[in-house]
Amino acid sequence: MSAPGGPPADQGSPSVGHAFSPGPPPEMGTPGPDGRFGEFGGRFVPESLVPACMQLEEAFAAAWADASFRTELSSVLRDYGGRPTPVTECARLSEELGVRLLLKREDLVHGGSHKLNNVLGQALLTLRMGKGRLVAETGAGQHGVATATAAALLGLECTVYMGELDTERQELNVFRMELLGAEVRPVRSGSRTLKDAVNEALRDWVASVDRTHYCLGSVMGPHPFPYMVRELQRVVGEEARAQCQALLGGADPDVVVACVGGGSNAAGTFAGFADSGARLVGVEAAGGAAVSDGIPGVLHGMKSLLLQDEEGQILEAESISAGLDYPGIGPEHAWLAASGRAQYAKATDEEVLGAFRLLARTEGILPALEPAHALAWVVREAGRSVPRGSTVLVTLSGRGDKDVAQVRELLASERDER
Amino acid sequence: MIALEPWLRERRSAGRKLLVPYLMGGMGEDWVEALQAVADAGADAVEVGIPFSDPMMDGPVIQEAGVRALDRGATPTRVIDALASEEVGVPVAVMTYYNIVFRTGHRRMAQSLRAAGIGAAIVADLPLEELGPWAAEADAAEVATVLLVAPSTPEPRVAQICARSRGFVYAVARMGVTGERESLGSETTDVVRRIRQVTDAPVCVGVGVSTPAQARAVCEVADGVVVGSALVRRLLEGGGPDAAAEFVGQLRAALDAG
Repeated sequence: MSAPGGPPADQGSPSVGHAFSPGPPPEMGTPGPDGRFGEFGGRFVPESLVPACMQLEEAFAAAWADASFRTELSSVLRDYGGRPTPVTECARLSEELGVRLLLKREDLVHGGSHKLNNVLGQALLTLRMGKGRLVAETGAGQHGVATATAAALLGLECTVYMGELDTERQELNVFRMELLGAEVRPVRSGSRTLKDAVNEALRDWVASVDRTHYCLGSVMGPHPFPYMVRELQRVVGEEARAQCQALLGGADPDVVVACVGGGSNAAGTFAGFADSGARLVGVEAAGGAAVSDGIPGVLHGMKSLLLQDEEGQILEAESISAGLDYPGIGPEHAWLAASGRAQYAKATDEEVLGAFRLLARTEGILPALEPAHALAWVVREAGRSVPRGSTVLVTLSGRGDKDVAQVRELLASERDER
Repeated sequence: MIALEPWLRERRSAGRKLLVPYLMGGMGEDWVEALQAVADAGADAVEVGIPFSDPMMDGPVIQEAGVRALDRGATPTRVIDALASEEVGVPVAVMTYYNIVFRTGHRRMAQSLRAAGIGAAIVADLPLEELGPWAAEADAAEVATVLLVAPSTPEPRVAQICARSRGFVYAVARMGVTGERESLGSETTDVVRRIRQVTDAPVCVGVGVSTPAQARAVCEVADGVVVGSALVRRLLEGGGPDAAAEFVGQLRAALDAG
């Protein structure tokens, strides 16, 4: 494993904007000093939290180097989580698109999304650190449900912060978390959505750090979270790589695509293919595209690309998929974008709804709205930037059951407009 | 510009306990009058917040103050400009979050503070490891960067932070965000004691100090107190400069009686 490194750059002046110094291509190994991915990442937290981040960094490094921890995690992921998940060849949709489409089926993980990979790892680490309580943030509720699930499995106390607006939009997930024994605290500050839930979880953590672990849900936040969560999601990419090679006679797919909010399923997927020749594509929601529309800044403990105004006030992201409603992106993605190793594109709500229905009709799979962004990109680019006959792997990060009611409403209003 | 550290050291030598009230810049039409009233009521320095959309170190009162300031159109430039045109009479320190500094630009921020006669800055989410680029420009502009020591800060790190802190050392009274507390525990005296072992710089305690009695108790070990939420709450409730001055006067009297 080698450090992405790259020269430290003072991005203190807005005029430098996107003038990055890319350095060597990232191999998605261990981050550079102070948790840097190129110029991004770092640990921008109040002093009270620095020791906790350092403790976590050490604890994760020790656990990750410990074969017994790895074995324990693998066993739980297999016997409880249902891993490995299959790679499904999409015969009918492939024919329609003119490309060979493969899906990495994270929708089949227990709980219905890739989120469990991360939370089981962090929950086991919490026990290893001798702590008894998890706090988590959640947007749509997927990470909150996953954290509540892991907490129930391992006998940990669990508090989930969720923006008040999101608790109203996702009432069923609130109830689900409560059934699993978690306490859901609605967040009434700021915009009352995901970014405010992160603030509130961090505030809880500052006050309770002795006995509490902050189970962050994506490849974001202060070091070591972006690195740790990517490592815990690496299983997605490593499994997929081996499965693709088995299907493709030892070859890798030409294109590997995943949706990106904070970017955990994409980071895990890309980690398995970073040293391959595959083209890596992250797809953001058009209303929350931090790579396309963001500028460098610091939020939630990390330096990354953020949607913000000229003064540095953070803006709201907006999309039909609450899981992608985040005004930033994980710092390693900012680095992958800057270096050119991965590219990042946008999908509009309309394209996403189309892809959602297309997969349902042609393959009998209801995708979550989040990975429907990745599919929407493939639908748009097949025969264009993705030549006919290419092999494309898409990580289907979650199942769409949670979104069915919303999709019904959206389609109804679409009909009304016509 | 009044340099913060010599000013505080001199007052400490004279046997005075240091009182540093906090106000949110741009909150309410009369925030500058409130600032002046607070300075005249016995403050030794004043901390002024530059609002940020995502203040993760702050509790509900300071969050609300920030929202109100932003809703009124407060920007870093406007807050700094307002301070530049005011003769406060005591040193002013701004308190904000790093994204505000980063987006403004390290050099531009340091120089505009200097030009406005603001001699110190506290950046809540900029710990020692990430301090370099800002501190270089702040030092060059003779703007003191005040650093925080928390109850969780381990021993060797306390010394490193104190060696790098300018103006005073900000002792965080307890683990948690800003906000009023009924009582402060032994962790407050512990953190002050650990700072004292490695520096003779002034030590002011903040985060949770809410009443005159608490201020006096804290100053049995510390050189001074920073009082934010308890003061800002009075302003949020509509008290205005008079109520702010009255409360600061009570804090002053308690410290002087101690």
